[in-house]
Amino acid sequence: MPVNTSAVGKEYPPITYAVGREKVKEYASAVGETNPLHLDPAAARAAGYDDVVAPPMFAVVYQSPAVMPGIFDPEVGINFAMMVHSGQDFRWERVVVAGEELTTRAKVASIEEKGGMGFYDFEVVTQDAGGATVCTGIWKMIVRGV
Amino acid sequence: MAANYEAGAALPELKVTPDRFLTVRYAGASGDFNPIHIDEEFAKSVGLPGRILHGLWSMAQVARAQTEAAGGPERLKALSVQFRGMGVLEQEVLVTSTVKAVEDGTATVAAEARQGETRIVRNAVAEIGLD
Repeated sequence: MPVNTSAVGKEYPPITYAVGREKVKEYASAVGETNPLHLDPAAARAAGYDDVVAPPMFAVVYQSPAVMPGIFDPEVGINFAMMVHSGQDFRWERVVVAGEELTTRAKVASIEEKGGMGFYDFEVVTQDAGGATVCTGIWKMIVRGV
Repeated sequence: MAANYEAGAALPELKVTPDRFLTVRYAGASGDFNPIHIDEEFAKSVGLPGRILHGLWSMAQVARAQTEAAGGPERLKALSVQFRGMGVLEQEVLVTSTVKAVEDGTATVAAEARQGETRIVRNAVAEIGLD
C-alpha cells in the first residue's frame, strides 16, 4: 500500500510551553548533567543568566507536545505500532532559560516511501516571546511495512 | 575549558552506565512514557529483550559529551543523529567524538554512542561554536 503524501505541508496548532526551573533541573539530572548552570540558580545568575539554563536537548521537552499531534494524525496515517524514531536534528540559536515562555509550531515536512518503508519528517520550530527562533528540530520517523 | 579543536583530533570520551531505573526517571523528565522503556513485561511481549533506552536520552549523552568538551551548553549549535541499535539498561554507554573540520569559528564534530559492539547512536554530527 503506497504511503499517502497528501498531508505534506500540513501545519498543527502552536503549543506554548513555560520553561520551569524545577523541570529544567529534573531533566538535567535525568540525562546526567553536572554543570551547575543547569542545576543551581545562583551559579546561573553568576554566569549572567536570569535562572537555570536548559540543556540543549531540553528541546525534546518543549517540542514533543507540538509534534505528537502530527504523529497521531489520521491524515498522516502513521501506524504507531510499526514506527521507529529513526533520526533527530536540532539547531539551536541560543540557550533557553527557566522563566521563558516558548511557542512551538510543527508541520509535516516530507513523506516518502523507499523499500517498503515510510519516511515521515516533521519540521518543528520554537520561538521565544519576542518571536525570535530559538530552536529548529527535524523529527524523523520510519514506519516498517507500509 | 575547551578541548583542542583541530581537524582529526579526538575529543574526550564520555562514559555513563544507565542504572535500572534510569528510563523511569527519563520518562518522567521528558514526558515519553512509551511502555517499551518502562514496563519489562510489555517490552518482552513485543519482542524486545527487555526495557530499552530512550533514543533521545542516548542522543542527550552525545550532546553532553559535546557541551562538556566545548566548555558549556551555549557552544552546541546543532546536532544531528541517527538511531539504530537498541540501548539497554545497566550496560556502559561510550560516546566518542572526532573533530572533522574547523572553519569560521565553527568546529564540525563526528560522534557516536555505543554499548559494547552495538552502536546505539550513529552518524552524529555536531556543530560547535568556538568564539
